[in-house]
Amino acid sequence: MAARYGVPDRLRRGLGPFAKTDDDSRGGVEFKVLMRIARLNLRHPWRVLIAVSTTVIAALFQLMIPQFLGDAVDHAHGFLAGGSEEDAKAALFTAAALLLGVSALRGLFTMLHNYFGESVGHCIASRLRMDFYRHLQRLSFSFFDRVHTGELITRGMLDLEGVRMFFNTGLVRVVLLATLIGIGSYLLLSADLVLGLLSLSFVPFVAWRSSAARLKLRWMWLLLQDRMAVLTQVMEENLGGIRVVRAFAAQIHEMRKFDDSSLKALALAYQRVGIRVRNTTVMTFAYFLAMGLVLWVGGLRVLEGEITVGTLAEFLAFMTILQMPVRQLGMMVNSFARASICGGRFFEVLDLKPRVQDRPGAEELVIREGVLRFEDVDFAFADDESAHKALSGISFEAGPGQTIGIVGPPGSGKSTIAHLIPRFYDVTGGRITIDGRDIRDVTLESLRRAVGVVQQDSFLFTASIENNVAYGDPWAVDERIARANRDAQLHEYVGRLPMGYQTLVGERGVSLSGGQRQRLSIARSIMLEPAILVFDDSTASIDAATEQRIRAATKDLTEKRVTIVISHRLSSLMHADEILFIEEGRIVERGRHDELVAAGGRYKDLYELQIRPGEDSVIRFADRDAPKKGT
Amino acid sequence: MSHYEEQMFGRAFDGRVVKRFLTFLRPHRAAMAVAIGSVLIFTATQVSIPLVIRSAIDNALVGESQDRALVHILALGFAAVIAINYAANFGQEIIVGRIAERVLIALRRAMFEHLQVVSLSFMDRTEVGRLMSRLQGDVNAMQEFLETSVFAIGDLVLLVGIVVVLLVLDLDLGLLTLSVVPVLLVVRIVWLPRAREAFLRARETNSIANGALAEGIHGVRTVQGMIRESVNYDLYDDLAANNLRAHLRATKFAQVMVPIVDLLTGSAMAIVVVVGGAMVLDDTLDLGVMVAFLFYVQRFFDPIRSLTMQYSVMQRAMASGHRAFEVMDVPVDIDDKSDAVSLESCEGSIEFRNVTFGYYPDQPVLKNVSFRVKPGETVALVGPTGSGKTSTISLVHRFYEVGDGQVIVGGHDVRDATQTSLGRMVSMVLQEPFLFTGTVFDNIRYSTADATPDDVERAARAVGAHDFIVKLPDGYETELDQRGGNLSLGQRQLISFARAIVADTPILVLDEATANIDSYTEMLIQNALATLLEGRTGMVIAHRLATIRNADRIIVLQDGEIIETGTHTELLAQEGLYARLYSLNYASFDDIPDNLISKASHAAAAT
Ligand SMILES: Nc1ncnc2c1ncn2[C@@H]1O[C@H](COP(=O)(O)OP(=O)(O)OP(=O)(O)O)[C@@H](O)[C@H]1O
Ligand SMILES: Nc1ncnc2c1ncn2[C@@H]1O[C@H](COP(=O)(O)OP(=O)(O)OP(=O)(O)O)[C@@H](O)[C@H]1O
Ligand SMILES: [Mg+2]
Repeated sequence: MAARYGVPDRLRRGLGPFAKTDDDSRGGVEFKVLMRIARLNLRHPWRVLIAVSTTVIAALFQLMIPQFLGDAVDHAHGFLAGGSEEDAKAALFTAAALLLGVSALRGLFTMLHNYFGESVGHCIASRLRMDFYRHLQRLSFSFFDRVHTGELITRGMLDLEGVRMFFNTGLVRVVLLATLIGIGSYLLLSADLVLGLLSLSFVPFVAWRSSAARLKLRWMWLLLQDRMAVLTQVMEENLGGIRVVRAFAAQIHEMRKFDDSSLKALALAYQRVGIRVRNTTVMTFAYFLAMGLVLWVGGLRVLEGEITVGTLAEFLAFMTILQMPVRQLGMMVNSFARASICGGRFFEVLDLKPRVQDRPGAEELVIREGVLRFEDVDFAFADDESAHKALSGISFEAGPGQTIGIVGPPGSGKSTIAHLIPRFYDVTGGRITIDGRDIRDVTLESLRRAVGVVQQDSFLFTASIENNVAYGDPWAVDERIARANRDAQLHEYVGRLPMGYQTLVGERGVSLSGGQRQRLSIARSIMLEPAILVFDDSTASIDAATEQRIRAATKDLTEKRVTIVISHRLSSLMHADEILFIEEGRIVERGRHDELVAAGGRYKDLYELQIRPGEDSVIRFADRDAPKKGT
Repeated sequence: MSHYEEQMFGRAFDGRVVKRFLTFLRPHRAAMAVAIGSVLIFTATQVSIPLVIRSAIDNALVGESQDRALVHILALGFAAVIAINYAANFGQEIIVGRIAERVLIALRRAMFEHLQVVSLSFMDRTEVGRLMSRLQGDVNAMQEFLETSVFAIGDLVLLVGIVVVLLVLDLDLGLLTLSVVPVLLVVRIVWLPRAREAFLRARETNSIANGALAEGIHGVRTVQGMIRESVNYDLYDDLAANNLRAHLRATKFAQVMVPIVDLLTGSAMAIVVVVGGAMVLDDTLDLGVMVAFLFYVQRFFDPIRSLTMQYSVMQRAMASGHRAFEVMDVPVDIDDKSDAVSLESCEGSIEFRNVTFGYYPDQPVLKNVSFRVKPGETVALVGPTGSGKTSTISLVHRFYEVGDGQVIVGGHDVRDATQTSLGRMVSMVLQEPFLFTGTVFDNIRYSTADATPDDVERAARAVGAHDFIVKLPDGYETELDQRGGNLSLGQRQLISFARAIVADTPILVLDEATANIDSYTEMLIQNALATLLEGRTGMVIAHRLATIRNADRIIVLQDGEIIETGTHTELLAQEGLYARLYSLNYASFDDIPDNLISKASHAAAAT
């Protein structure tokens, strides 16, 4: 534990399950990603077709311009017109009309090509965005445990942009450049071989430079995305945990964390700027160099009488046309690099298989009786065999109207039990059944409809109280919402609010007190009237009197259902039909309250501690603890 | 979803934004001067390239003046020009690129730093996601702007340069050629407001959809638990569809200018060909000048085209800049006074004098609350949910400003003390344990930079966290997931408890620090705390009354008012609210005095 400061190592490493494999070796992967984006684009065949064909047409029109310009120069020079001024003027008019027409057409087709090119990107982005959203909503808890939400948001927003822009700034531009350079070279080379070669001499160099740059940029993008993710994480956690930051007057500490990661990003950005600038400038230089050669050699050849001034002008004009694409070549290269990185990151999420899924042929769960059974259930969070088991050998059964109480020290596995019932995680051993059916054999949707878990740290949405309560059933009628609120003892508080049920609950419920938050999440679960209700320590911040009132109000509800109550407050459990005392993932004591008290085990000690925390019980606990520590 | 709606500002040029922005450029004045110099040189070389071509044609190639030597010289001249062009281009891009990165970091840092001091009431109202979208999205939008702004300047200079050269080369032809430009201006005036509206709409729908995505991800556990997936998907479908529509519309608007500009380019070229060509035939114009004109016309519209594109970037940047500066302009209601004192060597006492406080002006949460906690004393705050306990201790740390009355810590009104020294005086365990990504060790030590591994371990032992920490895969070096997700809530609470102990302050404030912890572990903590808190002042909030019965004094709050205060035995004797809560919590149900509640629990017990 050497003294360290600044950003924890974890932030510097790859994030969660997306371990970064370094990528230059993965050319195949890169190609696959780009192909996949290309295939996606083909889902809009008409738009793609129009975009590509208009690109080619626009390029063709553009290629005509130099020729007309060259002709015009020659006419003006009076060579081809054979001296007659009238003819020359007529020829000039024709050239001008052609130039005008061709320019207009080029503009029109460029517009179409840009519009359709962009629209293909927008269409697939919109589709992908929805796929991403839907997929994320399906991925299992184990995934979200490991991946930082900021990372996912970055992928869904920024990486999607990279994928979106690929068609228009990458693929279509290839077509444009290929047409311009391909047909252009044909025209030029057939007009004059030497000058043609000279004016195209920069192309191989630029191509070589850009493919070299592409590799470097790709790598840069990868690294930069990573560093930005770290910075995002630092800022996001700071803002999310702002109360902790304030409570510890830790602003300086936080600024140091920020500086550390932002300077790292800066260093990389510097490098990136360097690579980009070196490339674009040297490409422009190569281009101008070729132009200079054309001027020089061409000039000499005009003097030799081998070509006309007009031809020279035509060559130069052609090169002018290439100036924009050469500038854009850098952007195109960037677009390829970015698309392959961003696409890779984006599809990585999209391709993840949810751990917990409907098995083929899963049927709806129909609750007949509503008997919940745990049969020798084992569970571990990590995959490998040797992993520490969070639960082992848990068995119990509860029928309608019955209540199971669960108690145990922190980290003993109580919440884990609660999370297994709606299949937030799948058991690793044994099975859980409802009315005798393994819960893995029924559809997730019907299972989760039957199970309501009031989670320990519940998430409230930035929405009105009404919408938060009706979250699970937005079509619920007002009376049901009001009833759930009444049962959860929230109505009195809501009644005092000037906006009542329309009051906005701030992010994660900051504008509510701890107990109000808990009551709100109780309300939204009981409103759904599930067959199995699990309260995971959901009254810890509620005073005992209010809790009693909630219990009384929900009596009707719990009478016909299985209720599981996890609590540290024994008065919340003592009426349960069976109480399980969990320690390190095992049931160490079980029975009714009086049985457990009579048995004189840990439960009894806990009970004594809560009714009269006297010296004697403290000593007894300490005694019990002593041998355990020794082992 | 309307709260996601972002106020947008459609101005492409906002003087105030630019001015503030310049303050961020000030440290880079020298570099900027070099960059602008480079831009000018770069533009000059750009403008002179057609001139070289012109002089090659007129002086060396056409008519009698044919001259091989001159061709060589001009080729050399051309080489020199492009070499300078290369150097200037490199200089401008690299300097501007790097300054842009630096400025962005400085901007983001200034925003972030400001957020560290704005009041919590602002932070309560503002979603993290929206702040993040300003810190990231808007700052990135400005990056695009900064990087292209050099080119914009270059383009403008180029435009001016070309106009001048055209007019100098031939005034009449120049004027005639430039006559198409006003048409462009008229078109733009018609086009602009519509396009602007379309761009803004696209951006707005984007930020709405992204907000929904973020909330979907944050709340995914609840979404799955309540099977809201399909409803959310449908809602999102609408947003995404709106977004697509808005983008397609904006794209249309962005593109309609293209054919117009091209048409005008064509017209200008036609003018040069017809009029210029006739002049060449009349011998009133050199052929080279005509060629140069043709080149310039082609080049002239390039900057116009890219300025058109840049316009939307610029507009976005202005909007983004505005949003960024808005963050920096959030008033700091809670600030150190100029003569604020340091609480460094003060005793750990807390006093509330007639404190009235509310989150909204007309809804007091605390009403005329007065009490005093002597140094070394431990006082428990008790009361029903929503009675104002958390609010009370928030005031101790000056998270919020009191409406009326005074909060006095260490003998000084908290408003007269520096906030840093207040932080060193009071440490808190908050109701919701918040852990940072990082190791367990980093989390326990947090900002107490001089805490040794021993200190950390001692604190962990004191709260009973040591045992479970060493069982974690890497012990104290175990990496925690986001918000400590791979720990149970009780374990998170223990760690945040340990964090407060490491901070080692004279006053310790615990807000339901053991709510999610069983009584046995809690008892161990309390035994350990008994020695740790020796000589420290404590304020404890708890619902389980066993937790607080050991306190020296108990204050009972109800609806923001103190209704009882005294020791455990005194309060029991009073048979007030405290006595009732106490019996509810711990005695068997038969003992409950309150009529209604006993009936209720009977009913519940009968199930
Ligand atoms: N940030 C806030 N903005 C607006 N209102 C708030 C805010 N925090 C608390 N409130 C309101 O102030 C009142 C008192 O809340 P407080 O958190 O102090 O209660 P508490 O006694 O700690 O309750 P609990 O035991 O449930 O945590 C509540 O009605 C709550 O809704
Ligand atoms: N997402 C996770 N990934 C890995 N380990 C986890 C995860 N969640 C919990 N654990 C571990 O599993 C064990 C059981 O956790 P669980 O949340 O079930 O405890 P609990 O009994 O509910 O505790 P508490 O009373 O504090 O809520 C703990 O040791 C915890 O560290
Ligand atoms: Mg738990």
